[in-house]
Amino acid sequence: MPELLQKTVLTQYLLRTPSVMIFLGVLALVCLGVTILGEGFGLGLISTSFIKTLGKTLCLCMIAIAMDLVWGFCGILSLGHFAFFALGGYMIGMWMMFARTKMIVIEAAQNNVLPPTPTEISEAVGTQIFGVVGGAEIPAVWAFADLFWVQLAFIVLVPGLLAYVFGWLAFRSRVNGVYLSILTQAMTLALSLYLLQNDSGLRGNNGLSGLQNIPGMDDVPQSTLSIIFFLVSGLALAVTYMLAMAVVGSKLGNIIRGIRDDEARVRFLGYNVESYKLFIFVLTAVIAAVAGALYYPQAGIINPTELAPIASIYLAVWVAIGGRGRIYGAVIGAAFVSLMSSYFTGGQAPDIPLGFATIVWTDWWLVLLGLSFVVVTIYAPQGLGGLIDRFATREKS
Amino acid sequence: MAPLLHVDNISVSFDGFKAINGLSFEIGEAELRAIIGPNGAGKTTFMDIVTGKTRPDSGDVRWGGASGSLLKRSESQIAQLGIGRKFQKPTTFEDQTVHENLLMSLANNRNPFAVLAYRRSQQDDSRILAIAEQIKLADDLDRFAGELSHGQKQWLEIGMLLAQDPKLLLVDEPAAGMTAPEREVTVTLLKELAKTRSVVVVEHDMEFIRALGCRVTVLHEGAVLAEGSMDFVTGNQQVIDVYLGR
Repeated sequence: MPELLQKTVLTQYLLRTPSVMIFLGVLALVCLGVTILGEGFGLGLISTSFIKTLGKTLCLCMIAIAMDLVWGFCGILSLGHFAFFALGGYMIGMWMMFARTKMIVIEAAQNNVLPPTPTEISEAVGTQIFGVVGGAEIPAVWAFADLFWVQLAFIVLVPGLLAYVFGWLAFRSRVNGVYLSILTQAMTLALSLYLLQNDSGLRGNNGLSGLQNIPGMDDVPQSTLSIIFFLVSGLALAVTYMLAMAVVGSKLGNIIRGIRDDEARVRFLGYNVESYKLFIFVLTAVIAAVAGALYYPQAGIINPTELAPIASIYLAVWVAIGGRGRIYGAVIGAAFVSLMSSYFTGGQAPDIPLGFATIVWTDWWLVLLGLSFVVVTIYAPQGLGGLIDRFATREKS
Repeated sequence: MAPLLHVDNISVSFDGFKAINGLSFEIGEAELRAIIGPNGAGKTTFMDIVTGKTRPDSGDVRWGGASGSLLKRSESQIAQLGIGRKFQKPTTFEDQTVHENLLMSLANNRNPFAVLAYRRSQQDDSRILAIAEQIKLADDLDRFAGELSHGQKQWLEIGMLLAQDPKLLLVDEPAAGMTAPEREVTVTLLKELAKTRSVVVVEHDMEFIRALGCRVTVLHEGAVLAEGSMDFVTGNQQVIDVYLGR
């Protein structure tokens, strides 16, 4: 049996890269632990809402890996990756909302004398979903909303295409550095403002809601669904991690690090720098979109404020705190900071009365985050991951 | 026989300053050539134009027997045609090992998908080792380029150019900041290289150029002032006036 194990490609890969094995092991332990402690299948020691928070955190770790690839390894400080994340969420959200509303409409019409015609159903669905923005017609962008597989493909295709077109234009014009960051920021802001409009077809500032209810799975309690989503998110994170490690471990990883350090040199070596940047930009946009598609069913709601430029800036802060240029650093940063954030802003942290003023953590958390960002930048420029590296090399020697 | 590179009457100006002014230049196959000239003579701009970094305002740059123009091509396409460039400041990828630096430079498929699917091969490893021996870094393959001495970095960069297997090498101030023994090694290295390909060396150091023992082109104010053997140009009164006399 051990001999057989040795032979599979996956085991060989894992044995060659112990850091991947450690990461997957830790992740598997976390998943197992949460499942045992959770309500759905286990002891019920962890509340369902906290399991959702943990599941969402795993998705944030995924987008942090994407950010680390594009920024930490390729040197493109994108401040727009949450646009792709949210678009992924919108794509799956459209199907969830449409399919579920349709089921409800059909169910409600069962007592009617005459069975409803397809037009009647579509009108009723339209009123249900778009009444809130003063419409009843189903907008053209919802044309495939009823088809699960099409919307599933859209999760990858729509953000992927946006990233491709945007990246092609920006990289071809040799927009670099801070100018590119501003451009990506403008892109996510523009998209957010567009979606805020009622006639964008995606319910304006209301966004899509009720996403925690999976169409056709009304009988399954949320405690079970939350565990399922948590585990699927864990699996997706594991796949993303291995994918990212494979990319940075390949010769392409050498090239993109070269582009980060000296773009002109790579160009004079004969590499078309633009196509490499585009490849990484699109790849990471797709990772972000898949993460978003897993995140929003756990959040239950998505609206255009999710694309606000600040979200993408937080993402950069997570990766910087975690340590860019190391994939596990991004994961640690995202997990640590976003969990701290939900602790402090969730009202669980006790306020600190100082006499003359009271530190209310929901207000002061951002100050704390800003301070820790400054401290990390000055005292641990390699981030938390860099501290681990230093510790590991000391152990070795 | 047609020259390998033919630069025909190019001019370029930056904000009214004529950096290159009607410059023509030719180099044949397997030729070693030195370019000298005072600061601002247009040496680096000349290299920028040949490698596609800067577009000339007028004139043409033609490459190879087929005499295709280089002006429409991007930096990466020109590099793939076989023009390698070594910068004034040694630019290696300091975060990566000597082996990785050389591997990236090897003349393999440059397409991103091909690069992603690339697998390390015995053949490439032995090519890298051969180059590393030539540039005297065979024992340092697993060291990070950032750890090398200044002179070693210069050699590594020359090694990276070798790995590209170019037909023409443009070398900008290879001896800058080198110790005397390092210089000697560099001279031998460049002479060795010029046996199989063309090499253009831009250098300030007259001793270094004399040691190369090749044809010399003197640039001044963006144009060719004189061309010939080292003894010929150093005896030229104009050259003495603008350059050597100072």
